[in-house]
Amino acid sequence: MTESRDSHHSHGRLKVYLSYAAGAGKTYRMLEEAQYLREQGVDVVIGYFEPHKRADTIAKTEGLETVPRRKVEYRGTAFEEMDTEAILLRSPAVCLVDEFAHTNIPGSARSKRWEDVLALLEAGIDVWTTMNLQHLESLNDQVLQISGIRVRETVPDWVIKQASEVVMVDVTPDALINRLKRGAVYEPDKAEQALANFFKEQTLVALRELALRQAAHEVEARHTEIGPAAARSTDRILIHVTSDPATAMLIRRGHRVADYLQAECFAVYVCPVSDFANLPSGEREAVERHLNFARNLRIETRILNDENVAERLVEFARQQHVTQIFLAHPQSPVRTPRPRRELVSRILQLARDMQVIVVAERRSPGVPITAPDS
Amino acid sequence: MPDGRPTPEQLLKQIEREEQKSRRGRLKVFLGYASGVGKSATMFEEGIRRRARGEDVVVGAVQARSSDEIQQLLLKHEIVPARNVDGRDVIDLQAILARHPQVVLIDGLAYENPPGSAHAYRWQDVSALIDAGISVITSVNLQYVGELQDEIAGITGKRTLDTVPKSFLEQADEIVITDVPAEESLGRMGSADEERSLSRLREMTMLLAAEVVERQLQTYLHAHGIEEIWGTQERILVCITPRSNARQVLESGKRNADRFHGELFAVYVRQPRLSSEDQTALEKNLTIAREIGAQVEMLEGPDSVEGLIRFARERGVTQIFIGHSKRRGWWNQLRGNPVERLIDAAEGIDVRVFPQEPSW
Repeated sequence: MTESRDSHHSHGRLKVYLSYAAGAGKTYRMLEEAQYLREQGVDVVIGYFEPHKRADTIAKTEGLETVPRRKVEYRGTAFEEMDTEAILLRSPAVCLVDEFAHTNIPGSARSKRWEDVLALLEAGIDVWTTMNLQHLESLNDQVLQISGIRVRETVPDWVIKQASEVVMVDVTPDALINRLKRGAVYEPDKAEQALANFFKEQTLVALRELALRQAAHEVEARHTEIGPAAARSTDRILIHVTSDPATAMLIRRGHRVADYLQAECFAVYVCPVSDFANLPSGEREAVERHLNFARNLRIETRILNDENVAERLVEFARQQHVTQIFLAHPQSPVRTPRPRRELVSRILQLARDMQVIVVAERRSPGVPITAPDS
Repeated sequence: MPDGRPTPEQLLKQIEREEQKSRRGRLKVFLGYASGVGKSATMFEEGIRRRARGEDVVVGAVQARSSDEIQQLLLKHEIVPARNVDGRDVIDLQAILARHPQVVLIDGLAYENPPGSAHAYRWQDVSALIDAGISVITSVNLQYVGELQDEIAGITGKRTLDTVPKSFLEQADEIVITDVPAEESLGRMGSADEERSLSRLREMTMLLAAEVVERQLQTYLHAHGIEEIWGTQERILVCITPRSNARQVLESGKRNADRFHGELFAVYVRQPRLSSEDQTALEKNLTIAREIGAQVEMLEGPDSVEGLIRFARERGVTQIFIGHSKRRGWWNQLRGNPVERLIDAAEGIDVRVFPQEPSW
């Protein structure tokens, strides 16, 4: 640690500008506030800025120092990424990083931009960043249902929880659509495509509502933390992991409820054969993917062994003083194999002393269920 | 029962409404959680952008003690000055109506007019402008919303008489929140108490805006005959039966509805030939439901599972709460366990099954 380091906090503070669509003005607002900071004599630099050819936004970068991007070649094409190591060397007080949810080009030191940001924070640099709430992992299913789009680049909820400040950059869908039509957001051909897909009025209205509610939740979570010792709930949540693709949705939902209740949360797989490695490879991979997904969200995972799956699961729940068991809805009778329907029924009969939540996929018809990428 | 498709009468009404609307001005509200969050600046900047695009914009009210930043923005505007009556600023309604711009900017919506004015409150002046076909852009602080006064007094210890009804804000064509972190609105480091109070006001502001947006969404979906469960707002349905331990389930329903800022329904499907004992138990459960603030509904029909599911779909319910089934053995084999039948039928809706005996 150098001496200059001591002048600011040991760990950097994260501020996130949130909204619900491109063109809402997150970057503009961030740059405007950064300009003000610079006038106050604060050492602020741009770590990554995505100009999108928006003239008024570009104008706001004037006079701000930019740390040059790192050039990367991948499969014969040149890409540019944020140069995290260069920013660490430059060591500013505040660093601006656009597009928090971005995925780095394969071969980068860290696979996600939010991981780069965590490294900057770790080094004591304050970071301001921008993000649309549809990239929040726990909202993934709701966003799919609203927009018909499965957002691939997601940020785990615990990462956003690190932010000491969130700011909602609000704009009406009308204004957003007008900006798009005026060509202030995208190039004409991309704008047209956007208007036909994501930028439909009802989609934007619903996403905005979702974003406002989530932002309210983020604010609430922060003021209950600074409040007088917030009573932690006595609820404990168990999520039943299987190879079923609906498990990803189940994990997100259980996690979201646990987050709201401030409850502890486990993800449990009961393996019906004595050795996990002996499972058919497709099934084993699916279960592993789901367990990894849960770990990625910082949920504690367990693998139990028993051929009587329902019995073992409920017994474990009792031992761990679980109050709520989350199961996936067995879809329609025709499509669901009999054993799974019977499993839900069996667990319901055994777990009469706890809450059993049978979670349904809230998808619009025709939208396929997909497992998480990682 | 509404099936989501508008009847001819509804369509006619809707066309009339739309025609009326097109003659009326539009209302846009900038909502902030405190003074100092930048509502006024945002509004005057929008006014300047609109002027640049060729709209006829004037300023109809300016707040006393405006900052230098606001003064600078006002230099770029045409102003119809407010009249000063008994030391209070009153919009010059006649002058604005005579000038008849496309858009008028009213900084500060929550003012009580002095006695003898055309309207008791400024929001009524604004209403008159809109009726006259002038669009209004205005700013308001959450702390002046009439219906929220009790809650706000609980946070800030202060009440105000200069209020705006929530219903007026809900009619706005557009509502936009101006948000900044609590520390920034104070312009300094606040005490933990100050920050907590401001954060709670911030949260309330976001939720009020979300409510308005939800209404816009419902109107939009209804107008376009789209019947779809969006699940943006949680709607919880608690099934009431005579014998169930309804208090526990209802209280959990209430807690969840509050936490997710959603709606709560308590539904009972009428059953024939209840014993007087069951009737009493049922009345008690329904009373609890009403006390808790649930919307209580009685359904008719031979099959309770079918009735519940139909109701749930009509109302866009996202979660059904029910007690574990008590009947065992021959009954379930004959008719099927009702809880399991409900789960089977509830595609797209979560079912939360509660313990028979209270767990605490």
